[in-house]
Amino acid sequence: MSNPIQDAFNRANSDGRTAIVPFVTIGHPQVDSTPDVVQALADAGADAIELGMPFSDPLAEGPVIQKSSFQALQNGITPEACFQNAAEIRKRGIETPLVFMGYYNPMLQFGLDEFCARTRDAGVDGIIAADLPAAEAGPLIQACEKANISLVPLLALTSTDETIAQACKHASGFVYCVSLLGVTGARSAMSRQVEALVARVRNHTELPIAVGFGISNAEHVQSVGDFADGAVIGSALINHIQADISANAPANAAKFLQSLRK
Amino acid sequence: MTLSPPIQRDVPDALGRFGRYGGQFVPETLMAALAELEEAYSAAREDSTFWDELSNLLTDYVGRPTPLYHAANLSQKLGGAQIWIKREDLAHTGAHKINNAMGQILLAKRLGKNRIIAETGAGQHGVATATACAMMGLECIVYMGEEDIHRQAPNVYRMKLLGATVEPVLSGSRTLKDAINEAIRDWVTNVQTTHYLIGSAVGPHPYPMLVRDFQNVIGKEARAQCLDQIGRLPDYAVACVGGGSNAIGLFSGFVDDESVGLIGVEAAGDGVDTDRHSATITKGRPGVLHGAMSYLLQDEWGQVTEAHSVSAGLDYPGVGPEHSYFHDIERAKYVAIDDTGALDGFDLLCLTEGIIPALEPSHALAYIKDWAPNLDSSTVILLLLSGRGDKDLETVATQRGIEI
Repeated sequence: MSNPIQDAFNRANSDGRTAIVPFVTIGHPQVDSTPDVVQALADAGADAIELGMPFSDPLAEGPVIQKSSFQALQNGITPEACFQNAAEIRKRGIETPLVFMGYYNPMLQFGLDEFCARTRDAGVDGIIAADLPAAEAGPLIQACEKANISLVPLLALTSTDETIAQACKHASGFVYCVSLLGVTGARSAMSRQVEALVARVRNHTELPIAVGFGISNAEHVQSVGDFADGAVIGSALINHIQADISANAPANAAKFLQSLRK
Repeated sequence: MTLSPPIQRDVPDALGRFGRYGGQFVPETLMAALAELEEAYSAAREDSTFWDELSNLLTDYVGRPTPLYHAANLSQKLGGAQIWIKREDLAHTGAHKINNAMGQILLAKRLGKNRIIAETGAGQHGVATATACAMMGLECIVYMGEEDIHRQAPNVYRMKLLGATVEPVLSGSRTLKDAINEAIRDWVTNVQTTHYLIGSAVGPHPYPMLVRDFQNVIGKEARAQCLDQIGRLPDYAVACVGGGSNAIGLFSGFVDDESVGLIGVEAAGDGVDTDRHSATITKGRPGVLHGAMSYLLQDEWGQVTEAHSVSAGLDYPGVGPEHSYFHDIERAKYVAIDDTGALDGFDLLCLTEGIIPALEPSHALAYIKDWAPNLDSSTVILLLLSGRGDKDLETVATQRGIEI
């Protein structure tokens, strides 16, 4: 069975490109910014888009995404609002694969089955939970399988081969490799250690592999592209989105995304 | 004093679960460090040299055993049960936090980690960690919410005198919860060189177990002292609960004694029917924060809400997973006392016994104040005085409109 996220990675790669996966926080900078920003990112050639669901205690995030998450909560973003944003994006005819990235507790409180069903109904193709390691992912794996959406695992430089095998067994869409020891945030240089992690993960899966955390410019994307299938860009994009007055958020986002393809 | 390893209990299980609570809900990067810590503790647990070294430190440096004191004046004043106080306020640094800091610092040395990070709310755990690091010659960074830095200024200065770096946390509510977030972010970044010395019985497995086992010395000593000084076990053991490290240390000494009722006193802040309190078990529902499933103060969407208490050490929207478990299986009872009550409890101990308590155990004192008079004089209540009140003088004065 074909998977829209995996297909998007494969299309990019067969065109000789590294898939680019931008991350934006839903409801940031303005409560209604997201559909326009996502439209601009899709038009600028994003291969898949991560939609960040804000959480009160985003402990895997650096300052930029922390602030965007806080701002989104101030703007009143709830899981319902996340579903509505995704549905609005689909209503506009945007077909780029969408993945929710969030933290476990809001999903758990919504009810995992209900959350996954609503995610699918809103037109979202997968979920990433930043604080849910493979050892605790069982219930969410089941709920995702039931709703027929992907659960994208996060793997780290410190992951054991056993964990990698366990995570890959239930993964679909793609596998997300964290490039560094640390939280999200733009960095001046890319760590090269992640290359070895990607190689280890390849032993356990045929799925595309994306690298994220710290990827900030075209040079980083290119270096990741030497060994991985895609690059996730979050904080650097959010910095650009909010660099200018908020009305320009979509244009800023598109301009930055294009700059990554140089 | 000689310390033996704590009895192996049926919880947590191999997955770090206390019933449905606990677990390891952390970013994948930390999983290897948690496994490494668990392995080091499993080895240390079976190694008598580890416990001998810890015993020596607790005896010669911390000043254990702490006394069990019959609060005859307080008992007489309340006119009911006999109240016996376990004096953790007399431990070095003035609170029970040092027990856990000493245990974990020895583990950190075994792990070869020379950089120690910690979070602190009231500052007691920060001071205990800074103390342990100064003594062992390790680098110490303490994350503390900016709000707490203001209300616990003496402890901030203490940490600095002890050579620690105090990192102000400006995110979220700027209290303990946010300090833990920031400490976890530091740990994710520096995991290969750094041990995260968690101060309460919270966080991902194995921390709730580790902290319980290192605080178990409180309950173990108190139990032996009750048998020795009173000739029997107490009828009730009472302690305050924020994250719940002092309470779990006490309760773990009596959990197998069915005749001993266990009572945890949470902070009701402005009142449990307001939105400004820290009564997690009383008013929360199960959720995931800081690596563990436990009772949690949260809104309908699973966003963690801000806790409130006059006592910085109880100002936390979560609670240790074993307390959630004890609540569900009804092994312990959890009640809540508001800020006003806590200040009354504070005064009561000052005036009857000449002991200035910390605001955290003042909540437990307040509970006893209203309850003990209803019990007969043959009833024995064991109260855990988790710390002394010097750090809180400014808070108490401010509450009364006095400038000192």
